[in-house]
Amino acid sequence: MSSTTTAAYDDHGHGPEKGLLRWVKTTNHKDIGTLYMWFAFAMLLIGGSLAMGIRAELLQPGLQLFEPQFYNQLTTMHGLIMVFGAIMPAFVGLANWLIPLMVGAPDMALPRMNNWSFWILPFAGAILLSTFFMEGGAPAFGWTFYAPLSTTFAPDSTDFFIFAIHLLGFSSIMGAINIIATVLNMKAPEMRLMDMPLFVWTWLITSFLLIGAMPVLAGAVTMMLTDRNFGTAFFDAAGGGDPVMFQHIFWFFGHPEVYIMILPAFGIISHIIPTFARKPLFGYSSMVYATASIAFLSYIVWAHHMFLTGMPVAGELYFMYATMLIAVPTGVKVFNWVATMWKGSLSFETPMLWALAFVFLFTIGGFSGLMLGIAPADIQYHDTYFVVAHFHYVLVTGALWGIIAAVFYWLPKWTGKMYNEPLAKFHFWWALISVNVTFFPQHFLGLAGMPRRIPDYSLQFADFNFISSIGAFSFGLSFLLLTYIVVNCIRNGKPADARPWESAKGLEWTLASPIAYHTFDVPPTRAEILAESQSN
Amino acid sequence: MKLLFKLTGAFTALLSSKSVLAEYTFNMTKGVTDISNDIWGLHMMVFWVCVGIGVVVFGAMFYSIIAHRKSKGAKASNFHESTTVEFLWTGIPVLILIAMAIPASKTLIDIEVLDKADMTIKVTGVRWKWQYDYPEEGISFASNLAQSSMDVIKGTPEEREAVHKEGGYLREVDKRLVVPVDTTIRFLITSNDVIHNWWVPAFGLKQDANPGFINDAWAKPNIIGTYRGQCAELCGKGHGFMPIVVDVVSKADYAEWVESMQAEKVAELASATQVWTEADLVAKGETVYNANCSGCHQKDGTGIPGVFPAMIGSEVANGPAAYQLNLVINGMGGMPSFKALSDSDIAAVITYERRSFGNNGSVVQPSDVTSAR
Repeated sequence: MSSTTTAAYDDHGHGPEKGLLRWVKTTNHKDIGTLYMWFAFAMLLIGGSLAMGIRAELLQPGLQLFEPQFYNQLTTMHGLIMVFGAIMPAFVGLANWLIPLMVGAPDMALPRMNNWSFWILPFAGAILLSTFFMEGGAPAFGWTFYAPLSTTFAPDSTDFFIFAIHLLGFSSIMGAINIIATVLNMKAPEMRLMDMPLFVWTWLITSFLLIGAMPVLAGAVTMMLTDRNFGTAFFDAAGGGDPVMFQHIFWFFGHPEVYIMILPAFGIISHIIPTFARKPLFGYSSMVYATASIAFLSYIVWAHHMFLTGMPVAGELYFMYATMLIAVPTGVKVFNWVATMWKGSLSFETPMLWALAFVFLFTIGGFSGLMLGIAPADIQYHDTYFVVAHFHYVLVTGALWGIIAAVFYWLPKWTGKMYNEPLAKFHFWWALISVNVTFFPQHFLGLAGMPRRIPDYSLQFADFNFISSIGAFSFGLSFLLLTYIVVNCIRNGKPADARPWESAKGLEWTLASPIAYHTFDVPPTRAEILAESQSN
Repeated sequence: MKLLFKLTGAFTALLSSKSVLAEYTFNMTKGVTDISNDIWGLHMMVFWVCVGIGVVVFGAMFYSIIAHRKSKGAKASNFHESTTVEFLWTGIPVLILIAMAIPASKTLIDIEVLDKADMTIKVTGVRWKWQYDYPEEGISFASNLAQSSMDVIKGTPEEREAVHKEGGYLREVDKRLVVPVDTTIRFLITSNDVIHNWWVPAFGLKQDANPGFINDAWAKPNIIGTYRGQCAELCGKGHGFMPIVVDVVSKADYAEWVESMQAEKVAELASATQVWTEADLVAKGETVYNANCSGCHQKDGTGIPGVFPAMIGSEVANGPAAYQLNLVINGMGGMPSFKALSDSDIAAVITYERRSFGNNGSVVQPSDVTSAR
């Protein structure tokens, strides 16, 4: 096979460097992918611990554990760490590991920049977390950091937060540039665009979203910085500025960001369902076009987060219509997945369980999203727990579910070993039940009128909060088992076949297991590409 | 196992507490304005549309999961493309969306377009209370979280239960907003500091209060009663403690209330011209302090080191009165302006701060406040 590393050249090493410095100096896409994944997992555990703090305070009415100011720090940092520290880096990690393998490339196009874009992250994360220990505490203005709460009225540590956001933005932009360059320049010469696997397609489109959106976020935090320290008044009405402008700028970043966190998951699900349905993906090209449409629409719907800011009615009508339109391509994707399963020959290994739960629960999050898009109804939903339930359904049981599904699906390829299937299934059911116990009652809380971001609540909200907290503690614990399953697989797993899932398609499965440090020194041929293509 | 035990215990506890169960709400309530009823109708319509789509999509999915499984010997087909079905499941959702957009647009326009209001109330968000002004009636007052709730935030569950029975834990205020029934009220909503959001679910009214800008919204409540809401935009540490309580009363009761508020104002103005005794000022000042200042400077005057200055041994409270007057009236940095308080309230609270907590500053009279303004 063209895929194995042959000793045709001896001008470069064939294996990784020995010792810890390997991880600092590495330019290998597999090493960097691994670094990203472990970093994201560490951040997931930290962000999850903050969530445990939030749910512990909300277990009962009254203030038991934290002062309100610290509670606000918890919610803010939980959101920031999960979005910028866990979900986004995890997807970049998956992209690093998988894209070169899927397009038959020897590595990423810009390996040194790849190293840099990873190594920025631990420093940015450390700066962000260090704000907890500063006088006045960590940022306490929500992950959306609306001015002027985040400018005139924010703690001193906000300047560190701004710096951390800048660094995270650099990292993401470099990651996106690298992925675009890799997909367009490094894919096997015989591979056409419409031969590319959907994970590659969704990531290519996501990269353009990142390049479009992250600089806008950088602009927003820079304006904050000058408002705070250099006497400008972008967001201060007293100086001729406008606090609502902050929200326009933030959500012009923020809405594409939502799709940055879900499109790669769509790609992952489009690999897993055909494999375990033993049937080709239904509507390959419509999946590509639907992804592109969602990405386009994501740039023109931002103000649906701002229906209550005092927008003119024409603006509200436009943003309502545009938002409702997103349901169409998103629906197409769900229909295609169901059609892929239809008349297949289904089996339910762990990755498939996660993928099926994704389709079901992400769709529930989509339904509540459609409800939120109806501007008049949004008056009652806005900034309540209904919104909290909605975005946790799309981000936890959507984005995170996609990531976990991917980990179980490709772990045998990455490690050459098989995880413990019964234990992994048990973990799946545990996580599935507890995540719903956590987030489903939050719909009721929101509809009954409980605002989000409050440390204490009136007694009519007590029961559902109690249930939600119990679910959250259980969901949190399930991640310890996940850690065990993954570590146990790496250390003691039974050797896995090169193609551990019998009907899996994709160039990555043509490589030997355990995977070599360098792959695709020779690009795959047209015949190999066609044999592994999703598009026919 | 331990966890399972805990969970079962939790659910049994829930099911056995019937008094609490009575308060369960799963769904949005209809409210007391035509708009809130329209919103409820839209909410239910979209909900049932989602249920319908869910039944079809999940039905197909679960049918497939059950019928087309490998363990039952299902053989996979190989179809993977159909322009016809792609066309159908793009087109049908578009039609459903258009059908939903029509009533939604109608309600939205009803909400946003108001020809004529019978009266106007200005609502100002101030960290962390609501300031209400009736410009035509000349009434203005601040509405704080009720002391009874504040006292039990760190109390026992029984104490909170007791407070909750008399109005609502964290849902009661010291002074309620009073409006007449069957009257179109225009609300002008703004803020003094950060963004707040004035939300009364029963009115279907939720509007951001932006500093430096005025948003308008309106409501026409049809049913007499007391309606509760709270701030719905993160505004800092007191965000969870900014309730809104509106009494919708008959037009006659409203007229009576307006009269009594105006009489109170006349008496207040008269008292501001008099010279008060120190004891009277300190007594009134303590109430004002606990309602307005103790959130940051703490009830016992210890403040929070590094964030909120202490009253005990404060240079301001022991220094010249003119500086403290300016600070309280106009605010400075993190300290908000309290110019909405009356002259006698400001005089009382400053005197309380200067003569309590072991401080030894001078007494301040309402007339001093009048001239400092």
